[in-house]
Amino acid sequence: MKLEQLREKLGYPGAVLGGIGLLTSGALALADRATLDDIQAAQDLDMKQSLTQVLPGKYENDLLKDTVVMPGPEGGVTVYRARQAGRVVAVVFKVQARGYAGPVVSMMGVDRDGKLLGVRVIKHRETPGLGDKIEPAKSEWIHGFEGRSLGNPVAEKFAVKKDGGVFDQFAGATITPRAVVKSVKGGLAFFAKEKPQLLDEPLVGAGRVRDSGGSRARPAPTANHGASL
Amino acid sequence: MNYARITKDGLWDNNIVFAQILGMCPTMAVTGSATNGLGMGLATTAVLVASNAMVSMVRNVVTPDVRIPVYIVLIATLVTLVDVSLNAWAHDLYKVLGLYIALIVANCAVLGRAEAYAQKVGMLPAAMDGLMMGLGFTFALTLIGGIREVIGGGTLFANAHLLLGPAFAFLETTVIPDYRGYLLFILPPGGFLVLGFLLAGKRILDKRLAQRRVTPVATPEPVAG
Repeated sequence: MKLEQLREKLGYPGAVLGGIGLLTSGALALADRATLDDIQAAQDLDMKQSLTQVLPGKYENDLLKDTVVMPGPEGGVTVYRARQAGRVVAVVFKVQARGYAGPVVSMMGVDRDGKLLGVRVIKHRETPGLGDKIEPAKSEWIHGFEGRSLGNPVAEKFAVKKDGGVFDQFAGATITPRAVVKSVKGGLAFFAKEKPQLLDEPLVGAGRVRDSGGSRARPAPTANHGASL
Repeated sequence: MNYARITKDGLWDNNIVFAQILGMCPTMAVTGSATNGLGMGLATTAVLVASNAMVSMVRNVVTPDVRIPVYIVLIATLVTLVDVSLNAWAHDLYKVLGLYIALIVANCAVLGRAEAYAQKVGMLPAAMDGLMMGLGFTFALTLIGGIREVIGGGTLFANAHLLLGPAFAFLETTVIPDYRGYLLFILPPGGFLVLGFLLAGKRILDKRLAQRRVTPVATPEPVAG
């Protein structure tokens, strides 16, 4: 049959729409299959890169596989542990606080003594040109956290300058740095509280020695729970 | 087909932003800086070329009753394909553009070109129209973004290397050193203000150009649909 004759039929438009729908969903399914592994790999690489940024120094295990999920103020917090000779030397986890235009999510690395190794904001929607100075690409500000801990400065001073603390705010944007400072302070408090479990040393002073290099995967059934944080 | 006409229409006479006043959502949303405007413009151009070509390809098969859903499905599929492939194979670029790509589906200029032009002509002129309309859109977004960025933050093309690669870092300039910033122009009202002045400017310019010609009958004012 010719196309002109077919077009007259009642079912033709429906068939065209259905056909196009089938074709496109087929294409989408194929594309999804083809890209799934590469996207996962790229995201893992991203995650690893942001982990290394807040975790200078050496460790010998695969952080993505050595995690523990802790109950946090906003649902489960996935904590990544860096080990040396089986001993946890540092942990990395995400924290967040409300900024000017939604949640500001940061990733922070803390060594076993509670000292900050580094902080990176990994997700935010703050005003471009003002609040986005929390990104290391745009300002040095975020490096001001390195070496800080719960006692340094003391709790009242762990705030932006406008609130009587030691951390700079930006011209025209106080809410954003305040949110980051607040979330980091909360993260340090969380570390202090959960320290034995985070360091995988529930018996304080027992000094359990591990012979494996720490590539051991935690039997954590909810290992990915915090990934959406 | 007159490709010179297509080019002039897309870039100036029938510019998506300045003449058709379409695609206002991305125009307002991403023009906080010239770099963002450029990124959104280029991504939209890619989709416009492909969607115009595809719509032109199926124009004889599709009946008028179902054309809108068919075009929308085609455009949405195309945008999703661009989205997942960039995410998988050009992940660094995706981290810069990813936010904008899904927005392209909602850009009525893409459907507008399918409806107004691509469904009536062959594939080559349709793709050419997509390219020129896209470049005109890119020009408009970059211009608005540039003006807002200079007035709002004192810089121009800040962070261009994230979008275009380190080779384009020379684009990044500080226009006004030690500038304290003018927040209004970064925030949404700045977008409306800049667009309004640019639209008025284009009208005046077009009028002047028409007057300069001896017979001021030929060019009618571009009117927003």
